[in-house]
Amino acid sequence: MKIIVCMKQVPATTQVEIDPETGSMKRSGSSTRTNPYDLFALETALRIREKTGGTVTALTMGPDQAVSMMKDAYAMGADEAVILSDRKFAGSDVLATSFTLSQGIRALGGADLIICGKQTTDGDTSQVGPALAEHLHIPHCAWVNGLVCVDSEKIQVKQELGEVTQVSEMKYPCLITVDKDIFVPRLPSYRKKKATQNREVKMLHLADLPDQNLTRYGSIGSPTAVDRMFAPESKARQIHLEGTVSQKTERLFALLTEQKII
Amino acid sequence: MPYPYKKMDENDFEAIRRFTDSSRVWVGEEIAREYYHDEMPNYGTYPPELYVEVVNKEEVSAIMAYAYENNIPVVCRGAGTGLAGGASCKFGGIMLSVMRMNRIFPVDHKNQTITVEPGALLTDVQAAARAEGLFYPPDPGEKTASIGGNVITNAGGMKAVRYGLTRDFVRCIQAVLPDGNIVEFSSNVVKNTTGYDFKDLVIGSEGTLCVLTQVTLKLLPMPKKTCTLVIPFPSLEECADMVPVVLELPFVPTAIEFLERELIEMVERNLKKPFPVTEGNAALIVMYDASSQSELDGAVEAASEAALAHGAIDVAIADTPERADSVWSVRGGILEAMKAESVAQEECDVVVPRSRIAEYVRLAKEIGLRHGITVEPCGHCGDGNIHTEMLRPEGMSDEDWEKGTHACLKELYAVSKKFGGQLSGEHGIGNGRLEYFKDFISPRLYQLHKAVKLAFDDKLILNPGKIVEYKQEEMNYGR
Repeated sequence: MKIIVCMKQVPATTQVEIDPETGSMKRSGSSTRTNPYDLFALETALRIREKTGGTVTALTMGPDQAVSMMKDAYAMGADEAVILSDRKFAGSDVLATSFTLSQGIRALGGADLIICGKQTTDGDTSQVGPALAEHLHIPHCAWVNGLVCVDSEKIQVKQELGEVTQVSEMKYPCLITVDKDIFVPRLPSYRKKKATQNREVKMLHLADLPDQNLTRYGSIGSPTAVDRMFAPESKARQIHLEGTVSQKTERLFALLTEQKII
Repeated sequence: MPYPYKKMDENDFEAIRRFTDSSRVWVGEEIAREYYHDEMPNYGTYPPELYVEVVNKEEVSAIMAYAYENNIPVVCRGAGTGLAGGASCKFGGIMLSVMRMNRIFPVDHKNQTITVEPGALLTDVQAAARAEGLFYPPDPGEKTASIGGNVITNAGGMKAVRYGLTRDFVRCIQAVLPDGNIVEFSSNVVKNTTGYDFKDLVIGSEGTLCVLTQVTLKLLPMPKKTCTLVIPFPSLEECADMVPVVLELPFVPTAIEFLERELIEMVERNLKKPFPVTEGNAALIVMYDASSQSELDGAVEAASEAALAHGAIDVAIADTPERADSVWSVRGGILEAMKAESVAQEECDVVVPRSRIAEYVRLAKEIGLRHGITVEPCGHCGDGNIHTEMLRPEGMSDEDWEKGTHACLKELYAVSKKFGGQLSGEHGIGNGRLEYFKDFISPRLYQLHKAVKLAFDDKLILNPGKIVEYKQEEMNYGR
């Protein structure tokens, strides 16, 4: 079983700088981390590998500094790590990013199962995973928050779709995007970190990809026009509950249940 | 003649209303039951005769002067999160809440201090410092405790290993004495050898000497880098044996805690918080703060290598806030999980020398087994303050529980004493540990405690019957 996990390095802080010229995020210079949702994806992959055997490959599109994220994936247990890095990939929107990833996966010989995080904490579109599946012409399930069963032929997953919980089954090859809390991501292991410190992180460039059509990559391949980019204003709302202790308790319980906090 | 204390009547109630405001005074049955006790109702539940919420030091002073004059006991209460039965009106009288005195004054950058009123919550004080790029390190588990309560019990918490206790961060204190006088203990200075150090005497005095009305706290620059290591071991003993090894390394850890798998599973079951490390029957959690990445990397490598050399299964590295949170939220959920899985709990808050931690942990388990009580040692092993929790399963009779826990406590305290430890590391004596306190100190030292109490409170009206006990005949004769 060959599993590929798509990952992305995102700014470590919510205070990101936006380039006023292009409207895109300034990535260099600021401290980075692995998109938290991708850690759930990697954990899911490692658990499936423990059950079915096979390999887990971490794949990202990004600058060379993504090596640190890939080393972290090795320390968590990934077998192989690949960075799609080329200046021509810069400025990619959802369409170009998902296309580039699909090309990377084709260059790696495809996969039985592709796992993405539900969304990134910088782009927040939740679209790259499903778009990637479309480019590869494979089925996908998004917003997966539980595995019902998994074997070497197929995977059965639980999807949280607002008010509906759906159980879906797919044969490989297929793609899932996972929600947070599907599993708690394991921590990087010091033993693995030491054991993999010299393990290569593979770099793939545009020249290594099957489709050489430049209009599909980077800013040229990105029809999205960014009008303005800004951090949403954070709003805290307070609710005051009135009544007797038991009335207030009941109301509070109902509110927390409605919000799915409990 | 302090004893018997005056039973409060309508005139007394009126006087207190006059000093304060009738909307902030409750009497008799109007008083909410939660003010009868602190977080440990089994250490004493006593109804106050009057409950008042004060808003400034002048009100505190007026109430104390009146109580002094009229021989009425007064107990000061913060957030009520104490774990020693300290904030309870054992002899009735006035319960004086300082929770409305919760102002946090702007950070004094030149002195690197923050001045706060006693009712401010620890979490708010920490946040106020953080907002200015500074750091208030004392970090007891209960973040909704009042800062006054933290000072008056000298709360420690997890980060005591590196930063010390609340005491180490108190610059000066403004307080009201039992006779109503307002005094300042020290001032905003770094050094002070001007007479007896009353400030340090008052810190940890559990509300028996004075009522705090304002404290000034030292702040530190925020640590730039931080990392938490989770080190799984095959057994709890091996885990405890690792503590002195970590302490001998040339890097000072911020916190060292340990968790048995049994407790981890209890949190996972009850709070749905899965622990990110599945190996081992016990895990040592070590946190490092550093001013640079290279310093942090050095500490992580040194601790990891030492752990592997001492039988650790692996070392898991929680190097981001999310990863650290997945570890610390399980550690923070222990008390709640234990409460969910037992019908009652008893706690032993001993502190032993760091060199005896492993032995203590082993003996604590044995003692529990011998008396048929589930004993779960956990907590701050980096400073030797092992919170030894006893859990009462459903169906255990009152008699078996009381007999069992009492026998366990006696033996646990005896072990602590034998090892050169102390009765309480951070929760205090209060009312709950009175019975064991005398055994722990010499008669002369106990006498000294009583003399100190009388020097501050000659009528024994402030939180009477806590830490030291006076027999009725002694109270009749005063000093």
